[in-house]
Amino acid sequence: MNTLRKTIIIALGLVLAAFAGISFRASRFLKEPVVAGPSVARVATLGEYFAPIKGTANDANVFFLEGAKPGGTVLVLGGTHPEEPAGRLTTWILAENAVLDQGRIIVLNSTNRSASTVTRPSGAYPATYTIKTDWGGQTFRMGDRWSNPLDQWPDPEVYIHYPSKQNLAYMDIRNLNRDWPGRPNGTLTEKTCYALIQLINKEAVDIVIDLHEAELQYPVISTIVAHPKGLDIAAMASMTLSDEEFKIGMEKSPAELRGLSHREIGDFTKAIPLLFESPEPFLDATRGRTDARLLLEGKDDFVVRAGKRGLLFEKIDAKGWPIDVRVGRHCSTLIQVLSVWSADHADKAVIMTGVPKYAEIIQKGVGAFLHDPAKSDPKKIYYE
Amino acid sequence: MIITWLYYLLVAYVVVLMVWNLIRSRKWQEEVLYVVVLLPFVLRLLRLK
Repeated sequence: MNTLRKTIIIALGLVLAAFAGISFRASRFLKEPVVAGPSVARVATLGEYFAPIKGTANDANVFFLEGAKPGGTVLVLGGTHPEEPAGRLTTWILAENAVLDQGRIIVLNSTNRSASTVTRPSGAYPATYTIKTDWGGQTFRMGDRWSNPLDQWPDPEVYIHYPSKQNLAYMDIRNLNRDWPGRPNGTLTEKTCYALIQLINKEAVDIVIDLHEAELQYPVISTIVAHPKGLDIAAMASMTLSDEEFKIGMEKSPAELRGLSHREIGDFTKAIPLLFESPEPFLDATRGRTDARLLLEGKDDFVVRAGKRGLLFEKIDAKGWPIDVRVGRHCSTLIQVLSVWSADHADKAVIMTGVPKYAEIIQKGVGAFLHDPAKSDPKKIYYE
Repeated sequence: MIITWLYYLLVAYVVVLMVWNLIRSRKWQEEVLYVVVLLPFVLRLLRLK
């Protein structure tokens, strides 16, 4: 009797383990197709810029979008923090739709690919989310803010940033946006930053755009954070967008906080780094149920109540912050930055068409700009 | 890498201890508890997270 009972309990446990394990494995190895757009001239991998990255979880695809006329080079980073999906989805729209007339845009959809293969432990995050399209939908990995501990472990008691020696939170040694400029003999995340610095130098990148989202309780939100080298561009883009499309601020990258893209890329390379932030209620600590609906619709009664008590740095109402609005903000901000840069640097202009602006994305939805891999040339499909 | 292997050895050791206690237990409530606690350890050994 005792043995039979134990066998049944163990069997039930194994069934539960199987369900959980299959779910974890499926989201970790989910393939996300990218249909290379009309201007994608070639697709490299990050490992080509720093050999130790080759074959690792962070050997990400690097899409080169090139125009007929020579011009400047802009690097767009999506997925520095994969749990901020507007950034990744913006890079999908770019890679699949952008048409370059002049200059180059280099796109990484999964800058920290490792972080896209895990969700926050004990966070009850959805494993995946699906963007509706005319042809059904495209599913993406939810991801986390930090690299997967399966790829980089253990964390130190205190993370000492290289080379500043600033003490940062222990888990931020796996945070790509605390590891810049990276180091060749460091952790996987530090090596990834180092590889990206090699890419920026080798490809003579003029501007780096790092796409993010933020909780509404965080003061750096709905803004462009700029290195001192890029303050003029950010200011002009911010003023124009606020006048014509939506309110967006600008902030100067603090010199005292190390490891961030908008600081270290500017200090260690010739490129101008800019970081875009859009509002993501999913990240707020006071949120309610943490599911894909909240991620994509951005509606949450608890966050609205926090706003009524003056606890937020961005407005929110019952309409929330849908993914179309957040991606639309990133696309329009990118277009505006390119416009400002190109107006001042005719010989290094980056002229791009084919990418929808804020109003068009809200009207048609993000899914309208994702291409059906089943109806595309297989040679043009790449997997993240 | 050495720390990682030590970690997995430690996890395996905890799994063995819990399975041993599960086998020796006489209460069904405790057996269910052992199995539930075992789940994340087993998944971690299988590198599923």
